[in-house]
Formats: sequence, structure tokens, C-alpha cells
Amino acid sequence: MLRHLTRSRRTPSRIAPSRVTAAGLAVALVALSACGDEPASGTREITVFAASSLTEAFTALGDAFHAEHPDVEITFSFAGSADLVAQLGEGAPADVLATADEASMASAVAAGSVVGPATVVASNSFAIIVGAGNPEAIDAVADLADPGLLVVLCADTVPCGRGAATVLAAAGVEVSAVSYEEKVKGVVTKVTSGEADAGIVFVTDVAAAGASADGVEIPADVNVVTAVPMAVASDAPNPSDAAAFVEFATSAQGRAILESFGFGLP
Amino acid sequence: MPRRLPVGALVLAALGVAFVALPLVGLLWRVPWSRAGDVLADDATLTALRLSLVCSLGATAIAAVLGVPLAWLLARVPFRGSAAVRALATLSMVLPPVVGGVALFAALGRRGLVGQYLDSWFGVRLPFTTAGAMVAQAFVAMPFLVVTVEAALRQMDMRYEEAAQTLGASRGRVFWRVTLPAVRPALVAGLVLAWARALGEFGATITFAGNFPGTTQTLPLAVYLQLESDTGAGLVLAALMMVVSFAVLVGLRGRWLVRGGGAVIA
Amino acid sequence: MSLVADVVVRRGSLDLRVALRVEPGETVAVVGPNGAGKSTFLRCLAGLLPIDEGEIAVDGKVLDDPTLGVCVAPERRPMGVVFQDHLLFPHLTALDNVAFGLRGRGARRREARVAAAGWLERLGLGTCAASVPSALSGGQAQRVALARALATEPRVLLLDEPLAALDASTRVAVRAELRRHLASFDGMRVLVTHDPVDAYALADRVVVLEAGRVVQEGALSEVAATPRSRFVADLVGVNLVEGVVVDGVLITESGARVVIADAGDGPALAVIRPHSVVVSRRAEEGSARNRWATTVAGIDRRGDRARVVLEGELPLVAEITVESLEQLGLRPGDEVHAAVKATDIEVDR
Repeated sequence: MLRHLTRSRRTPSRIAPSRVTAAGLAVALVALSACGDEPASGTREITVFAASSLTEAFTALGDAFHAEHPDVEITFSFAGSADLVAQLGEGAPADVLATADEASMASAVAAGSVVGPATVVASNSFAIIVGAGNPEAIDAVADLADPGLLVVLCADTVPCGRGAATVLAAAGVEVSAVSYEEKVKGVVTKVTSGEADAGIVFVTDVAAAGASADGVEIPADVNVVTAVPMAVASDAPNPSDAAAFVEFATSAQGRAILESFGFGLP
Repeated sequence: MPRRLPVGALVLAALGVAFVALPLVGLLWRVPWSRAGDVLADDATLTALRLSLVCSLGATAIAAVLGVPLAWLLARVPFRGSAAVRALATLSMVLPPVVGGVALFAALGRRGLVGQYLDSWFGVRLPFTTAGAMVAQAFVAMPFLVVTVEAALRQMDMRYEEAAQTLGASRGRVFWRVTLPAVRPALVAGLVLAWARALGEFGATITFAGNFPGTTQTLPLAVYLQLESDTGAGLVLAALMMVVSFAVLVGLRGRWLVRGGGAVIA
Repeated sequence: MSLVADVVVRRGSLDLRVALRVEPGETVAVVGPNGAGKSTFLRCLAGLLPIDEGEIAVDGKVLDDPTLGVCVAPERRPMGVVFQDHLLFPHLTALDNVAFGLRGRGARRREARVAAAGWLERLGLGTCAASVPSALSGGQAQRVALARALATEPRVLLLDEPLAALDASTRVAVRAELRRHLASFDGMRVLVTHDPVDAYALADRVVVLEAGRVVQEGALSEVAATPRSRFVADLVGVNLVEGVVVDGVLITESGARVVIADAGDGPALAVIRPHSVVVSRRAEEGSARNRWATTVAGIDRRGDRARVVLEGELPLVAEITVESLEQLGLRPGDEVHAAVKATDIEVDR
């Protein structure tokens, strides 16, 4: 082997074959040294922690990204933003974090779990979710105060809950909820299954629920706009592909996908 | 003569002790003790603790009232389909608790198989209520009681029951005065197991009963939510749960589970 | 006013057919080898096993009759049962055990306990009242079981091998007590046993059950005179010697002396089992305190054993191996010595 390399310096015209050999050797060495972390077949992986409200949109984003980069496999973990931030803080192996509001991302940055500053890729706002056909004929935030209604909200530890609290405060409405869910999809499920009459969720959640639920608009003067920030994890096993995914979300193609799910664009 | 284990078994047993002790020790080591006082004195903590105890005891009572006769039936009366009934009775032991919660919804929710009639005919609503939390806990805890008591009933010497019959005791009296005392250790063990399972129940409770402080936010739910937003407080609550459960188990084990006064089990 | 039982039971390998009638004050012993169906019969009487055909009636009231569709539950039958392993409830004291049946019939706790205490006194168990069964000796426990059965004042007393679980010396004492209490019990009694001495001591009549069928029944003396099966023969083969004990020696009417190991004086019944009799041609030295000169009256070979009927000052039946028989070269009319150790003799009073 050494003879080939020496020859490449003295006889430039015969460089190509020896360089190929050297390159092949180098790749083999790299593959061997990394055989604990990466699949031997050569596909790369990234794990994305994303807030529950981003489920449908980010799944589509991931599919599109994979179409562009077939050698990167994306695995999603959808949960409440607070839960994800906590897990990351405990050392969960993720590459990307996407939360449903800036407050959650701020705690992740403060804890050093992600590389700041985060990139805001979309925005979201709130709506009232009701059963299909709006059987209780709810048409304003004030209607939620009706004591006969079973209203479900998110817990104030998650973005959806914080946002809902702000909306209600702005509208001056007091709601006695029957349950505080720890992720927004929990509220959606309770309403679509008929267990609860109404809840406050993101507008994108109403869209994602499709025919199983209807939405009631919350006027802009009491509504809250939240940002959807993304960041690469500090201990990301695959930081380069992670950064590529974040960038993809801000690309024209990525933005188009997000918009199609009802997100606002920065 | 002190009994001795072979060295290999001793080593494994020691590892076993370490395996179960380590999480408790680790938890106690990470708890921010300086904050413990404040967190424990907090109203929310006391409410969650009180609710947990009330629900778990209620659930154990439900499990006992329904489970002991069921165990009696399975142990004493051979009927076609008893194998299926036994499998049903123990099903929730192997089901993931969240699945249990979903199943309870389907049966007892507002639009559930039976729940819809409970709601429209009697105005009884189980989801989002303390009673609902008790039902969810009883559902997952009952198999522990049924299994323990049925095994003991099968093993006991039935001639004592016959003797009681010849002395003129009705079937009910035989059960209360002879059968139950004969299986007392197993009955107590079953009750304790069921109670412990009910106390720690999370998945079915949060899915079926929801999460509302004072009504359905039992200690496990409180711990989970606190861990997301205020890890230190969450750790204190987790430690509280562990200590309470540990204390009860240690206290009961000595007095009730050890056979005293002569048990009938052959 | 009697117990009428006509029982047919077919269950798996068991095929039982027994007809029996017991009058008040009468004790009938149902004897037979293990597996004959004796305990099954008792269970049918008690109501723990329904019969397939036939009838069971007490004092004219039908308790079990498949053709009429009547089968009274055990708790409503006027029977008291004493079980082989006493089956006292381990979690109750002796007093509460005895009171159990009374409480079941509606008596209040205090009344039941008072009545129970009376029964325990009557059986000489006053000191045991507060003990739990595990603290009682075998004999005491069995007597408590008897008290428990008697306390409910049943019409019929059923005893299932009541002495089988006791050791030899206790058995003798308890048998004596049982005889006393049965005598004062004015209902019907059915006793199941495999020990012929129990039958002799306690019963008026014997019913021999083998393989689910009655092979012989009648008064003891009748059955003993004409044994119709191996079991009955073994039954009657037991030597019973009646007499009066003075200073450790039982003296019969005819003046024969039997040295016994039991100290008490007075009338007694000595039980000498044929296999404890040692037969020899010469009066041998040995530790046996009893030696009698006898003449061989008859020899009855059965397989590898032989029953030798001896006559003399004390008529005895000895059981020896055929080998020994041939070695001794015994023939009817030979004069031999019969010896029995005092400790091998059971004494009944």
C-alpha cells in the first residue's frame, strides 16, 4: 500500500488508481471506526423531537426531506413540548428539537441541551375545537364559560396550555375545565371521541383532525401567535444532517408544506 | 443451624437487592432536600396525596367486593367457559394501562357502550370524576386480587368447609367463617398488591379520568407534570410516593402476611 | 323413628350399593378394607355426596331421593359428623369450635359459648376451652371434635374412622370415652372403621362392606361365628379375653392369667392379635411374661400364612408363616407353648 502512495508523488500520471485505492482504504477505516454508531450499510439517521401539535406537518416534512436525501433516515418522537425538553435535559439521544412555543425552547437553550439561537420556522395560533357538526353551537370564546359544557384544556406546563390561558385572560372569560391534558393531542382526542364538548388547541390541530372535528375561530384581538422554533441538539449524534433538516424546514419546499397544514410563515 | 445458599445464588441475590434498591437510593440522592419542606407543605401536594390515598383505597374496595366472589366462583364452580372468564379477569394485568384507559372510554365514556345509558338515563358521568379515577384504578388492580385469592382457595383443604356444612352452617356462613379465614394471608396479600397497583396507576387514569387537581390529579400524575415544568419539585413528589408506598409495605408485611394464629392452608 | 338408607352410587371406578337401617340407641359399625366404599357411604348419609338411586330418610323425613328430586343440603340434615382428622377449625379456640354449630343455628354468642363450655366439661376438656387446635394433643382434639358434633344435638351421629389418626395408647383411652358418650346419646349412630376392635368395643351390629357391596351383616357374635370372607376372618381372628385385672394381671373366669402392661385394676378386655402370639415346642426363655401350655386344635392355611387354633387354659388363635409351620412340623393334637409379650396386649375397659 505504501508503495502506491509513494509512487503517486513521483509519477503524477499514475495518481488516479492509487488515489482511488487510498480513498477506498480511508473510507474502510472510517467505516470500521464508526461501526458502533452508524449502520454498516451507510444510511445515516437523525432523531427529531417535535411537539405534539407538529405531528402531521412534520411527518410530511420528514417524508419530503427523505425524498431529497434518500440516505438519511428520520425518526420522529412526538410528545408535549415540556416532556421533550425534560427528556433532552436528561440526555435523550436526539438530533433536532422543535417546540410549539418559544418559552419551551428557551428552557432548552438555558439548560444547554440545544445549540442556540433557535430558528423559527413557522407560527401558529389558537382555535376552539368542537365535535363534528358543532353540536353545542359554540361560536365564541365566551361560550366556553357555560357551566353545562365539558371543556378540556392543556396543562399550563405545555405551550398549548399557556397560550389558552392567555387567550382566555385576554377575552376575560373564566372556564372551569374538567381536565388539563399534558399534550395538545390529548385535548383533540377527548373532543373527537365525544367525551368533551370543546377545547382550545392550535389551528393546525383543528385542520389535522379533519372530518372528526370542527373549529371555531378565535378573533385576532384575543388570539395568541406562537412561534415554532427548531434547534440542533448540543449532543446530537448526527449534527450535520440535523442542521440540514432545520434548513430544509426554512426552504421554499419546507415552507410550502408547513403552510399547507395551516401554519403561518415567518 | 443458619441456612446457607450456595455462593453463586448469594451473589445473584445480592445483585437482586441492589437492582431494586438502586433506583430508590438514586432518587433520594438527587432530591433537592432544601426544597422538600416547601414542596411537601404545598396545598397541591397534599391534595394530590390525599386524592391518591382516597382513590386507591376506593379502588381496592371495589376490587375486593367484585374480585373475591369472582375468585370464589373460578375456584369452586367448574363451568364451561371458566378458562375464558379467568383470562378476562387477568387481562388488564398484561394490557398496557393506556390501552385499559381507552377500553374504559369505549365502554363507560359519554358515548360508550354502557356509558351512554349511564349518562342519558341516570345522569351518571364517570370520565373526569374521582369515581372515574377509582374505576380506572380498580380495573388495573383487580386481577392481582383475583389471582392471589383464587390460588389460595384452590389450595385450601376443602374438608373444613364440609365439616362446617355438617354443623349446619349455610353456604354464606361457611364462606365468612371458614373459607375466608382459611385464605386470610392470601387475601391480605392480594389486597395489598391491588392497593399498591392502584396507588401507582397512571396510564389508565390520565386517559380515562383526565387530569384535574383535587378531582383526578393523583400523585403519579402530579409527579409527571411537575417533572416537566419543575424537575426539583417533581423529584420531591416522586420521593414522597416511594417513601409512602415503602412504609406501608414494610409495615403490613410484618403483621399480616406472616401466618399467625394458624392458617388452614394445608 | 329410625335411619333408613338405601344407597346406590356410581362414580368413576366406584360402584356402591348399601342398604341399612339403624334404630335409635343403636350403633352400627360399617367395616371393611380400605377402598370398600365405607367413607363414601358416610358422605352420602351426611349429604356431602348425592346418591344416584335409592333413598335416605331419618325419622320418616326423606333426605335424599333422586326419583322424588329431593336432596337436602348437608347443613339442613339432622346429622353430626366426627371426622378422622378431627377437622377442628384452626383459627378458632376449642370453645368456639364447639359453639360453631350452635351459632349456625341462630344461637347468640354468649349462649352458644355457655352451652359449648358445658359440653367440654362433660368430656373432661374444661381446661382446653381456650386453646387452639394446634395446641391440643391428638386425643384431646378428637374429643373436642366429638363435643362439637354432639353439641348440635343431631338425630344421627356419623363417625368416620374416629380413632384411626391416634396413636395406640391414646386410641384405647379415647375408645373408652367414646363408648361412654355413645351410650348416653339417644339417636342413631353409624361408625365407619377398619379396626375390628372398634367394632367389638363400640357397636351393636356390624355391616361388612367389600368392593362396594355388603358381604355380611348382623350381630357381632353371628358374624364372628361364620366368617364369609378374608376380611371377616381377620376380623374375627382377633383374640379377646375378658376378665378382671388385679395388680397388673388379668384373670379370666376360668382362672387363666394374662400379664398386662396396663396398671389399672377392675374389669377389662384384653386384645391379643394373632400375629403377636409366638408358638414354640419348648417352653423357651425370653422376655415374654405370658406363657401358656396349649394343644393345637386346628390349622388353617391361607396363602403364605397359617392360622393355628390353640386350646388350653387360654384358647387362642395364632398366626404364623407357613414356613414356621413346616419348620415346627405342627399337627393337630400337638402340645405347644404359646407366648405373648405383655406390651403386645391392648387393654380395653
